[in-house]
Amino acid sequence: MLRFALSRLLLVVPTFVGITLIAFLFIRILPGDPVLLMAGERGVSPERHAELMAQFGFDKPMWRQYVDYIGQLLQGNFGHSFSTKRPVLEEFMARFPATLELALCAIVLATVLGVAAGILAAVKRGSWIDQATMGTALVGYSMPIFWWALLLIILFSTSLGWTPVSGRIALTHYFPSVTGFMLVDSLLSGRPGAFASAVHHLVLPTIVLATIPLAVIARQTRSAMLEVLGEVYMMTARSKGLSPSRVIGLHALRNALIPVVTTIGLQVSVLMGGAILTETIFSWPGIGKWMIDSISRRDYQVVQGGLLLIAAMVMLVNLTVDLLYGLVNPRVRHV
Amino acid sequence: MKLMKALLTATAMTFAVAGAAQAKTLVYCSEGSPEGFDPAPWTAGTSFDASSRTIYNRLIEFAPGSTETVPGLAESWETSDDGMEITFHLRQGVKFHTTPYFTPTRDFNADDVIFSFMRQLDKSSPWYEYAPGIAWEYFDSTGMATAIKEIVRVDDHTVKFVLTRADATILATFPMDFASIVSKEYADQLDAAGTRERFNTHPVGTGAFTFVDYQQDAVIRYQAFADYWDGKQPIDDLIFAITVDPGVRQQKLVAGECDIIPYPNPADIEGMKANPDLTVMQQEGFNIGYLAYNTRQAPFDKPEVRRALNKAINKQAIIDAVFQGTGQAAVAPLPPTSWGYNDQLVDDPYDPAAARAELEAAGVSGLKMKVWAMPVQRPYNPNARRMAELIQADFAAVGVEVEIVSMEWGEYLAQSSALDRDGAVLLGWTGDNADPDNFLAVLLGCDGVGSNNRAQWCHQPYEDLIQKAKTTFDQEERKKLYDEAQVIFKQEAPWATIAHSIVTMPMRNSVQNFKQDPLGIHRFVGVDKSE
Amino acid sequence: MTVQTPDPTLDPVPGAGPAAQPVPPLLENWHYFTRSRGAVVGLGVFMALVAIAVLAPWIAPHDPAMQYRDALLVPPAWTAGGREAFLFGTDAVGRDILSRMMHGARFSLLIGLVVVTIALASGIIVGLVAGYVGGRTDALIMRLMDIILAFPSLLLALVLVAILGPGLFNAMLAIALVLQPHFARLTRGAVLAEKSREYVTAASVAGAGHLRLMFFTILPNCLGPLIVQATLSFSSAILDAAALGFLGMGAQPPTPEWGTMLAEAREFISSAWWVVTMPGLAILATVLSINLIGDGLRDTLDPKLKRS
Repeated sequence: MLRFALSRLLLVVPTFVGITLIAFLFIRILPGDPVLLMAGERGVSPERHAELMAQFGFDKPMWRQYVDYIGQLLQGNFGHSFSTKRPVLEEFMARFPATLELALCAIVLATVLGVAAGILAAVKRGSWIDQATMGTALVGYSMPIFWWALLLIILFSTSLGWTPVSGRIALTHYFPSVTGFMLVDSLLSGRPGAFASAVHHLVLPTIVLATIPLAVIARQTRSAMLEVLGEVYMMTARSKGLSPSRVIGLHALRNALIPVVTTIGLQVSVLMGGAILTETIFSWPGIGKWMIDSISRRDYQVVQGGLLLIAAMVMLVNLTVDLLYGLVNPRVRHV
Repeated sequence: MKLMKALLTATAMTFAVAGAAQAKTLVYCSEGSPEGFDPAPWTAGTSFDASSRTIYNRLIEFAPGSTETVPGLAESWETSDDGMEITFHLRQGVKFHTTPYFTPTRDFNADDVIFSFMRQLDKSSPWYEYAPGIAWEYFDSTGMATAIKEIVRVDDHTVKFVLTRADATILATFPMDFASIVSKEYADQLDAAGTRERFNTHPVGTGAFTFVDYQQDAVIRYQAFADYWDGKQPIDDLIFAITVDPGVRQQKLVAGECDIIPYPNPADIEGMKANPDLTVMQQEGFNIGYLAYNTRQAPFDKPEVRRALNKAINKQAIIDAVFQGTGQAAVAPLPPTSWGYNDQLVDDPYDPAAARAELEAAGVSGLKMKVWAMPVQRPYNPNARRMAELIQADFAAVGVEVEIVSMEWGEYLAQSSALDRDGAVLLGWTGDNADPDNFLAVLLGCDGVGSNNRAQWCHQPYEDLIQKAKTTFDQEERKKLYDEAQVIFKQEAPWATIAHSIVTMPMRNSVQNFKQDPLGIHRFVGVDKSE
Repeated sequence: MTVQTPDPTLDPVPGAGPAAQPVPPLLENWHYFTRSRGAVVGLGVFMALVAIAVLAPWIAPHDPAMQYRDALLVPPAWTAGGREAFLFGTDAVGRDILSRMMHGARFSLLIGLVVVTIALASGIIVGLVAGYVGGRTDALIMRLMDIILAFPSLLLALVLVAILGPGLFNAMLAIALVLQPHFARLTRGAVLAEKSREYVTAASVAGAGHLRLMFFTILPNCLGPLIVQATLSFSSAILDAAALGFLGMGAQPPTPEWGTMLAEAREFISSAWWVVTMPGLAILATVLSINLIGDGLRDTLDPKLKRS
């Protein structure tokens, strides 16, 4: 297992280097003077321009700049946001928990409902339940989720008033952020109604963000289950006299879950893309919204650093999924 | 560091929690993020609402809901007979905010006034460019930069402004946001710590609300200043929930998540008026929305071309489609409610055939141009993109091809002032004070070229009239000069004047005492909330 | 892959190959495809959309850019206040929504076509080279693909458009770049699987050059998964382009692209629901039909899943 883990890690390194290279090249590819690009709307005086050029090392040869850049990264310096002047890493860490919380809730919802629906559809294969579930799943990932979000807001927030329109928690609740997870922090604060408010605000964004992963997981579970259910050893288990639910629960599910776990892992990247749209519509202060705001504000240090951090995060998740998969499926380990 | 932050936040929270038992909170869903919390370098109303109107005071203030002036931090003032000196007698016992990051050791005095202005005037001061991108746009464009010779500290509570010229408009600029009074003591503290940029992110003032916290692009929190010189506010906590989309603002208002919102979609206004939980205030806006040509760019350097293009625009269609009835077509570059308004002006008629003919006569054919459209809603223009689309179709009907250009608001403001800007720009203006000079000189005077004068237009006959009006102290005389200037404006047509809007401010019925400001500022001083 | 096109360079060895198929392969696939009702419906809807897109300039009731100043925000014809001339109503500047949706179909289908063509072509070439040449080239290319895949696709597309500037063409380019690694990976995988098969060795022995081997021998046998991926990417491209349009980074107004129409329509959620609902439904219908086709194709071309 250790050898497998190490080999996987080794594969990750060149990819990570590649990511840093892209992030590095990013500001330099942009048309225009990089200092003016960073300075943004107000511009800088010529003296300040020369200062900044030297400070960022834009006057040095490209390879030297890249080496310095890697050096900075290793020290944890991902640059500074031009609009807030704070370090990019700090800004990222301030917003990351919001996205993580939303993503975790979404993936939990998607997994629980998706696996259940998939199993149901597989077991009742060919029936109207199967067709309805799979039909709904198909519609689920054929929809533009920003439109879906708008529809849900019209229905549940504006017309029915059941859910709030935007934000993470009602503004009247103001307490120190300990973990950054609103669900946890609101409980810790002990303020009445804060936790309920946090849950209330999570409902619609979670549903919206979970829609596509839910659909994909449902479909994937169904086909994985069908494949497993048709295997010869299943017939053996049934002929042994095991009850159907034991058959499904013990044997089928365990084997069917293996590709499903991979799918869940792959959904992380999808979740990030979905988070951008969801956070924009629900004014959710996470890294998706931060990236959009920074791109439109031309805060290029943030875009560069944010890209790098997000890609690194996705890679980390993929690596974890790979390792988990290796743990669960011994055959893979010896490839 | 993180621990420090947590401690500071906790301290701030204790102040909040202490009064939390019956804390009244007002939630204002604002339309955008402030450029910064230092009131002087920025120009957007969004920034002023969030900084100068909550945290700071000025020597002279506008009375709530009007353009009349009342004493602020200056109890009284007088101008010398020759108009070259203005002396202010400062209010005593005014305190600066105590915040987790600053504790004042003295009350407000003359040093603060002098610093507030000198930092914008003195190029050798380290505060002149204390952070990248700081520029004193209003100080320059109102002419203050060239008008002040020196500021004399007569005593602790008396300050004398010595001017370089007798200028009737200077007194009118003191109630403006850039003239807000800041704390010299705080500036010195930051200087010593080497963290001058915090002046813009962690503000200290004398105003009715203290700054508590800013979550970037999301929430600004203020707390009522208990020692405010004019008495503590009825509202304990003021929250700005930054909500960029006007539809979302309306939804939040209806849902009760916001108490008061600015700039709703014109399409939503009827629905909100019919809603029994909401009060919708409306007022004629002291503003103008326009399309400014770049008079330094061919073929827009010819007045006949500009006039021809003006004739191609169907203003009524714009009023209907963009303003949905909440606007009136504009003839002059300043609103009808201004005392300098020339009601005898004749507008360019809507005549596409004549437009086409005149363009041909001027030698213009196959013209391709850019029209810049703002990405945000402003009081003078609820939807610039749509307005640009209408103009695009209008111009296409006379053989001119338009490409619509847009970008982020800060960028837009900066790049549109460039001398070599490509194309015509949609923009507008809400008056900063009651003086016509604020429209006619700031937006169309030679001094404004490269900043607020987005037509890059510098026309000597017009300029002469404006300058003369600045030094004339008789209002009737000034009106005559301004009338003439407006006639020249129509002839030269550096702009297509589009519309003056009606400003709408919807709020929940529980909001009391909110007064709409003709100047478009959103003030929460004196606002109360019933249960 | 069971679909094998006979290689003209090979002399058929009598009696040693697979049993002669009674039905030509294409027809057989069609037969399987039409067994799935959903796939047929999807194909039907898609064909209708293509027809609408192609014929739009002629069958659209109005010019999509024509602003009817006296008909602003007219509701659909079947509701109160609707007008017969405007079936789905008009938008804020008085343009007929039905006509704009029809012309929008052209943009969406164009986007799908262009993006898939670019992604497919470049992905195939890259994958073929990587799988065939192997060794360090393969490792390098696959790392590059991994790097692109490490970024969330919408985010990468957004950043690329930020670099290139907003606009429909740049959006298409960005999306194609982001989707390409899927094709490269698929092709490479299939090439690796086929490379050591007997028919390839035989062809090589018979004197077929590298290019010929890559494109004419190996590639035709990898087409199945590629076709399925192509349909998936077609629908992804339409959704991504709509998302970019919605965020203001894709097609710019007044282009009647569906995502851009939704961006303009956002302010009318509460007051003019048809401006918001119609373009969204169009996107949904299009993507749904393509996904149905994709499902049908997968069932047809991938034998392992034929059972489900």
